Amino acid sequence: MVRQCFILFGCMALGELVTKLTGVKLPSSIIGMLLLTLLLKLKVIKLEWVRGLTDFLIANLGFFFVPPGVALMLHFNLIKAELVPIVGATVVSTALVLLVTGQTHQVVAKGEKKITHKIKDKIADKHNHHD
Amino acid sequence: MIKGILTNQYFLLALTFGIYQGCKMLQRKTGSILLNPILFAIGLIILFLTACHIPYDTYHESAKLIDFWLKPAVVALGVPLYLQLSQIKKEIVPILASQMMGCMVGIVSVVVTARLLGASDAVVASLASKSVTTPIAMEVSQALGGIPSLTAAIVVITGLIGGVAGFKIMSVGHIHNPAAKGLSIGAASHAVGTSVAMERDEFVGAYASLGLTLNGIFTALLTPTVVAWL
Repeated sequence: MVRQCFILFGCMALGELVTKLTGVKLPSSIIGMLLLTLLLKLKVIKLEWVRGLTDFLIANLGFFFVPPGVALMLHFNLIKAELVPIVGATVVSTALVLLVTGQTHQVVAKGEKKITHKIKDKIADKHNHHD
Repeated sequence: MIKGILTNQYFLLALTFGIYQGCKMLQRKTGSILLNPILFAIGLIILFLTACHIPYDTYHESAKLIDFWLKPAVVALGVPLYLQLSQIKKEIVPILASQMMGCMVGIVSVVVTARLLGASDAVVASLASKSVTTPIAMEVSQALGGIPSLTAAIVVITGLIGGVAGFKIMSVGHIHNPAAKGLSIGAASHAVGTSVAMERDEFVGAYASLGLTLNGIFTALLTPTVVAWL
């Protein structure tokens, strides 16, 4: 547990350090996450050194949003005054992001597969001709 | 005396854990996605605080111990990302293309719709970065002249919409590929969507954490420029 906390908070601290030093406009947590992936990939950290704590945190990810969500009560007046644009735009845009991202991925992935198949076929054809 | 108990740090923490656990059990029992425990826990706690006249700041004094874990939890998403790394490398073109499109559509559609519905400039600026994780969203909002704390609230609303309705919307929109589903829900509704995806399937969840990351990066880089055009 101590080692797990050390690695996780270490990545977080390095993330904070990177954002402070470089002034990059990304949150320290995202940098910490990429750092953890990199350290696992480079085998500096073994998966079993962090797995227990990370599984616990990921399984309860939603819970950590409860207190920030309660902050909604601070903006009730503003949200009430502009309820239609806020909720309308959020719903419309969230649905569009879901559909466009997913469809683009499916279409591009299919297209890419077709192209690589064609190239493979051509290479195979050439080989056949040579034979 | 009663007020002292109600504002006690341990009481407020126990209340938060207890209400969330209760909502989770209720969802498991009914099997309804609409009974999202995050949404209901937020609603019940707001009701409780309002009824007992406890200001948000008093609640937050205790609850910030829970918020604190939000950042380490985002770092933890590096593990599923690592586990899918070789798969992701194979699909790098569709992944980058879909995230780029999703990010642009997210910014443009929310700004245009909000303006059409008559939102004020400050609210439009607060909405632009709604799809991404809170720290990025708040920073972008600040840069655009929005209200960062309103943005934080809108980010939660966006997450809840994606968490509650995301999979339904995708099945209506014929998105069936598990990688595509993960990328979409992570891009559209950040860590809340990702948590719902993780509960369904670890593979979809790993792609969701990738979607959350890439859309976060693209949004931080692109929003100021895109909003200036609109």
